[in-house]
Amino acid sequence: MESVLHAVEGYMYPNEMELQWSILIVLYPYITGLVAGAFILASLERVFRVESVKPTYRLALLTALAFLLVAPLPLQLHLGHPERSLEMYLTPHTSSAMAMFGFVYLWYLMVVLVLEIWLDYRPDIVRLARSSTGPLRHVYRLMTLGSYDLSEEALRVDDRLGYVITLVGIPSAFLLHGYVGFIFGSVKANPWWSTPLMPIVFLFSAVVSGIATVMLLYMVITRLRGREIDMRCVDTIARYLFYAFIIDFSLEMLDLVHRIYEADESFHTLDFMVKTRLYLPHIIVQIVLGTLVPLGLLALTQVVKLTEGARRGTYAVAGALTLVGIFAMRWNVVIGGQLFSKSFLGYTTYKMSFATREGLLPAILLMILPFVILWALVRLLPPWVDGKAEQAPAP
Amino acid sequence: MNHDRRDFLARSGKLLLLTGAAQVAFEAVLRGEPESAPNYRTTDHWWAMTIDVEKCIGCGNCVRACKEENDVPREPFFFRTWVERYHVPEGDIEHPEVDSPNGGYDGFPEKYRSGDGAKSFFVPKLCNQCAHSPCVQVCPVGATFESPDGVVLVDRTYCLGCRYCVQACPYGCRFIDPRTETVDKCSLCYHRITKGLTTACCETCPTEARVLGDLKNPKDPIHEFLRTHKVQVLKPQMATGSKTYYNGLDGSVR
Repeated sequence: MESVLHAVEGYMYPNEMELQWSILIVLYPYITGLVAGAFILASLERVFRVESVKPTYRLALLTALAFLLVAPLPLQLHLGHPERSLEMYLTPHTSSAMAMFGFVYLWYLMVVLVLEIWLDYRPDIVRLARSSTGPLRHVYRLMTLGSYDLSEEALRVDDRLGYVITLVGIPSAFLLHGYVGFIFGSVKANPWWSTPLMPIVFLFSAVVSGIATVMLLYMVITRLRGREIDMRCVDTIARYLFYAFIIDFSLEMLDLVHRIYEADESFHTLDFMVKTRLYLPHIIVQIVLGTLVPLGLLALTQVVKLTEGARRGTYAVAGALTLVGIFAMRWNVVIGGQLFSKSFLGYTTYKMSFATREGLLPAILLMILPFVILWALVRLLPPWVDGKAEQAPAP
Repeated sequence: MNHDRRDFLARSGKLLLLTGAAQVAFEAVLRGEPESAPNYRTTDHWWAMTIDVEKCIGCGNCVRACKEENDVPREPFFFRTWVERYHVPEGDIEHPEVDSPNGGYDGFPEKYRSGDGAKSFFVPKLCNQCAHSPCVQVCPVGATFESPDGVVLVDRTYCLGCRYCVQACPYGCRFIDPRTETVDKCSLCYHRITKGLTTACCETCPTEARVLGDLKNPKDPIHEFLRTHKVQVLKPQMATGSKTYYNGLDGSVR
């Protein structure tokens, strides 16, 4: 009790002393954001025919799948009664934004992502089912779902269907992450969260983080494989990252300016919080290091002619900082929204534990897990069969 | 014969202890279905509470009685009801000094002197039993709900422990019971009011600062109180349909 009281400044309602949502709930929007962003990058190629990003198409889809599989885990770990979580499917409360989660998630996982990946990989799966040996052969045979037809007509249908699914997938990806923003944005009791801009801010930050992740992954994996990085591809991705980031930053600044100018009853409390307890994660990490610096770097690559090596380095630094910045943004929303009292009269502190159910250790493991899954997926379904996918077609 | 006699003694014992009607109700309550008690119809009631800030002396009886009656965790920071002490410098309602040591459980140690140019008063807080509860709205499985008689209740055998409702309550009235990992809140002593009793906090209030009322009962004194006092609810801008009415609520209270 004493330790909690030391962390409190001013007056908090007694029941507010304990923070309700921990670092695991920070991870959740971060991870779903990466999913939505990676998928939207993939659909650039498919729907908008941005041919130059083709080398990352399959990698982006697999990345989205790897992160999507992990997305519900932090929630499960956080629940007081995870064994009851199935009730969200069986007896959903229709007025609850959270109850939507299960359905949007299932829809996105099964109807959009898995189906699109399967259709795109079907010829490869059939080929692998015929050529591989040992237990893997059975895995691939199972994955064909009994469909071995590789006739031109069949492939044409696959392609057409894949296109339609991507078309459905884009609004689904928007829905997946938009509603995560809505979960926070619709809480009228909390002025730090309650804004109609929240879903759209979440969405664009998701696009930004997903693009940055795939860009970095592509550069790292290509290096590890000892291949040449396709600069036309990376340049294009970086340009899209830059555009998305400008929209994201404008929206966040709009929110900020609006809050400052309107200065409603909560303003002094939130203003004080941002200038004290949230100064490091919000001003320094999120806005300066995580937004202004990468935006500046990306802008530099757009206006100054840099060598390929310099561009690669700039993209790598900008991408990494972007990911840090978006993580800080999630942190500042989730944790920041709980540091002040709803009485607007006091503040508390978030003390993160380490090796507990909701501590730093499980959070780190949960962030490593998608990469392990991605490694397995890449092994099972190589995104670059015979180097074919690596070569962007001539313009 | 023997069995009959024992039966008779048990029945008449209960009859003596409780009155006839209460006995029938008690059996339904023991079954965990107070609403099925023949003399309690949920649709016949619409519960509310009035709190007279002028009358509260900050003794903490309500807080202690509530914790005792409802088995609320004793350690601090878990409260179904608590009392706040406000100290407002003259005219500065935006910067009140507020404290609530242990929720008022142990009363309030003397802290302010009269004549320091400020006013002091106590504000008891509890779930406002909102008619449009933000907490009920967000529950993903409907484990928390508004009963037909206007009480916001929790089914703890159904609660996931996601804590969304705790975030959604503008008044800080909910907490997670560390023993069950499920949410808990004021139930308006539902087990008592369905038996015709008042809540533990109202029962023990020495000054009748808190009074339970049934808005559907035309003879309930709450009507007289609401007619003759200028009442206010907490955070009216939240539009939650609060049914906890305060008399003498200062503008500094939030």
